[in-house]
Amino acid sequence: MVRGRDALHLAPVPDVLDRPLVFELPEALPDERAARRTLLDQVAHLENELGQVFCATWPRTEMPRPLVASRGGGPRLLSLAELEELRDDLAARVSDSRRALSDRTWSEEQNRRLIEEMMLEPERHKWRLVSAEDIGEPGCRHWHVRPRWSFIGMFMGWWRVVVSSGCPLAT
Amino acid sequence: MTDLDLDLVEGWVEPELAEEFPELSLVHARVDVRPSRSPREVKQRLRMLADRYTGGKVVHMRQDPVPWAYRVFSRQVGIDPDHDRTPVEAVALRRLKQGGLRSENLVDDALTIAIAETGVPLIALDADRVGGELGLRLAEAGERLGPVRPLSERQLVVADRQRPVAVVLGEVGADAGVTPETEQTILCALGVKGVPRISIEEALWSAAETLYT
Repeated sequence: MVRGRDALHLAPVPDVLDRPLVFELPEALPDERAARRTLLDQVAHLENELGQVFCATWPRTEMPRPLVASRGGGPRLLSLAELEELRDDLAARVSDSRRALSDRTWSEEQNRRLIEEMMLEPERHKWRLVSAEDIGEPGCRHWHVRPRWSFIGMFMGWWRVVVSSGCPLAT
Repeated sequence: MTDLDLDLVEGWVEPELAEEFPELSLVHARVDVRPSRSPREVKQRLRMLADRYTGGKVVHMRQDPVPWAYRVFSRQVGIDPDHDRTPVEAVALRRLKQGGLRSENLVDDALTIAIAETGVPLIALDADRVGGELGLRLAEAGERLGPVRPLSERQLVVADRQRPVAVVLGEVGADAGVTPETEQTILCALGVKGVPRISIEEALWSAAETLYT
């Protein structure tokens, strides 16, 4: 029996270099299938979030539209790379839309607070105008700090908030 | 109104497509109706349907389960549903832009009513110009929709055993669509994940009932 260092020299070595190199790849890798399924689910989830953010912006009209470009070529089976790109685009859009809505609601909150201050101390907000759109509401209503009795009110410091009655009639 | 007997047929789906979207389906039914002008009842129904739409409702439509399912499917196959609208959103947008739903002809009106009521996209084909069973598959390189329109490779199409007859959620081929000479019409409804089978059947029944008005 051969032991120790001699074993390395005497053991039969398979002649691997002479073997033909044959790689049999499956038609579709199982990992890709799972990845595709995950990506499709993620796209569905992100589309849901995008829809929620879009609906939350209603009735604001000057919000950025959450467009995600079509992949081109009509409805078709997207490659894994295209699905990943789509998922990333959607995630970015959801994030951008959320941020824009958050910024907008913050400024609307500030404007609501301003209306309250205007009501309490109109003389500190002379001629200040806040519209319904500024507080995220539909319609043409606005709050305007104006002097009572025109010039007399201006000289006497009699200021008040005038709330408009709504949209003008169509002509 | 005649007693309606509708034979709903489940279309075939190419295995690769079925593997990607296991719940994708195409259900179709044949109706013996020739295109004509819509009767007064159908026009009245369109008007009543149009009255139901408001701006807020259209905006929030994308959160309703069935329209949402088609939005998701559009997204998953590379279409931006905010640009290329799903059929139900296209009807709603048409209503907002035109201030009503104008009557076109009996077949188009029947499709509009069924789509608006159920949210399920439908198309109508001329039964005599479509050969064999209908199903869903991927377009092959060099294939065309009708005589002119080239299709991209692996595009999702409604096809008979010979050729593509329509693009999924898109246009119908010029050589397969309904014309004034059509004797029999095939109504096709697309089903996707999240849309119950009953909604698909309801869409087909609704369109058929309108056609038999």
